[in-house]
Amino acid sequence: MGKRKISGGEFVFQVCMVILFSLLFLSCAYPFYYVFIASISNPEAANRAMITFYPLQPTLDNYRQVLRLNGMSKAFVVSLSRTVIGTAVTMFFTSILAYTLTKRELPLRRLFYSIAIVSMYINAGLIPWYLTMRMIGLKDNFFVYILPYAVSAYCMILIKTYMESVSAGIEESAMIDGAGYFLIFWKIIIPICKPVLAAVIVFTAVGQWNQWTDNLLLVNNMDLRTMQMILMEYLNQATNIANQARTGGAGAISGSAISPFTIRMTITMVVTVPILVVYPFMQKYFISGIMIGSIKG
Amino acid sequence: MGVKMSRGRRTLLFMTVPSILLVLVFSYLPIFGWVYTFFDYRIGYRLLNCEFVGLDNLIYAFSDPYIMTVILNTLIISVLGLSGLPLAGIIAILLSEVRGKKFKKVVQTVITVPNFISWIIIYSIMFSLFSNDGMLTVVFRQMTGNMDSTTTLLTNLGTAKLFMVMTNIWKTVGYNSIIFFAAITGIDSQLYDAASVDGAGRWQKIWHITIPGLLPTFITLLIISVGGILNNGFEQYYVFVNPMIQRNIEVVDYYVYRIGMLQNDITVSTAVSMVKSFISVVLVFGVNRLSKTLLGQSIM
Repeated sequence: MGKRKISGGEFVFQVCMVILFSLLFLSCAYPFYYVFIASISNPEAANRAMITFYPLQPTLDNYRQVLRLNGMSKAFVVSLSRTVIGTAVTMFFTSILAYTLTKRELPLRRLFYSIAIVSMYINAGLIPWYLTMRMIGLKDNFFVYILPYAVSAYCMILIKTYMESVSAGIEESAMIDGAGYFLIFWKIIIPICKPVLAAVIVFTAVGQWNQWTDNLLLVNNMDLRTMQMILMEYLNQATNIANQARTGGAGAISGSAISPFTIRMTITMVVTVPILVVYPFMQKYFISGIMIGSIKG
Repeated sequence: MGVKMSRGRRTLLFMTVPSILLVLVFSYLPIFGWVYTFFDYRIGYRLLNCEFVGLDNLIYAFSDPYIMTVILNTLIISVLGLSGLPLAGIIAILLSEVRGKKFKKVVQTVITVPNFISWIIIYSIMFSLFSNDGMLTVVFRQMTGNMDSTTTLLTNLGTAKLFMVMTNIWKTVGYNSIIFFAAITGIDSQLYDAASVDGAGRWQKIWHITIPGLLPTFITLLIISVGGILNNGFEQYYVFVNPMIQRNIEVVDYYVYRIGMLQNDITVSTAVSMVKSFISVVLVFGVNRLSKTLLGQSIM
């Protein structure tokens, strides 16, 4: 970049922008940084002094403790399983639907398409949904984390749009060789659609990891508890203690010993980090996903 | 069907049916749950053994004066939340005027993160900053010299709605600004060059080129938001609600949960969500038609 002459007004403008956006940046970055430094602070030190910009007596003890917490490793396995299996299932059923809906030969194509699209706009409501899930045996069942998300109409549109944009020529030549639709879908279409599938995979996976209302409403079984829910339980505990303190309860002091603030921050960290890890991959797909989505969404 | 299908068509049908069945079961089957509204249903009873009461539950649900508070909360919070859209547009416009490419990229990346974090995590962070012992609460009290105060943002009734709106904007504004950013990239750069030749300054270019260029995106997003005006979402309110502020932030989505799941009043909860669904569908299709006639573009 060659040095261009910058006028005084322009200089002032750029400085103002840098200040403005640095503040915006901080409002988003600092909260996460705060959780991080709290998670590596010594619990006693954090009780005595306030954490602001740097960790107090840095230690990894919180992480060691959190990993040993009851049910934590199990919840991690549940969250990871629902993310991996759920994403795979969603990809399969959604992309296969996207593929067949591009085929004019599909009987009842318009009806199927309408069924899929209208599903985005209808919502029976919480209780009817709850009762239905219970009726079909998904209460306290791992599959309640998987099956309801198996077909995403929104992702189907993204994939279908992409499939329609790639050339149909390759497919026809495969057809002449006698390959059936499924084989073509599996061996030819899926590899071609890698870019859009990658985008959808990342978004689905993040959605799965973040999902917790199904756990709250339909799963009481401790063995099927997700990471998000464990964090929620610790937060409920902390909220109750805070409310007791407000109403002048004497239990507040003994309460703070139950779950130190640093432990809560460490769990928050453990639940957040997987998102931050896939985030750079996800960002690549923002624009393309948004562009298709904002037109058709 | 009578018509003989070729092998290929049959394969296609076999490939489609499982996915369609999943959609039917998880999106359409629950709609039959609406029948509960028309019976005097109690948990543990079979629906067939319950008395048919017609619209009684519906009338009962909406004769409760508290539901008006809930609907009002919902509308106020949604309407205030609309301010997030122009804010996202302004962020996109100003950020695109910044010269440092690296700086721009870093800011964009970081302000989008909160959109992909669950409300539980966000509540955990907000709680650590804004609760009674929260870092920012303490700093604020030290600054104002008001150390005996017990009000916090999380428990203050007066500012509760605003706090909900601000948190939601904080979570989504970065992501929305990326949408506007993409739209700015799509504006023909020749327009700017021509304007520069004519001696237009930065603000003139923004006013006469960028803003008109962003208007379609803005209106599309606005229409989608209006269509979803009753959907504040359940998650944010579930995590933030507490007895001190419930009255001011209880929205339809949370009310339906509280009545149905916590108070086990299945019929009333179903009645409310049924009416909500009707209004939402009418709104979505209505605004879509409006957009077609006014803008000549369908958003669906």
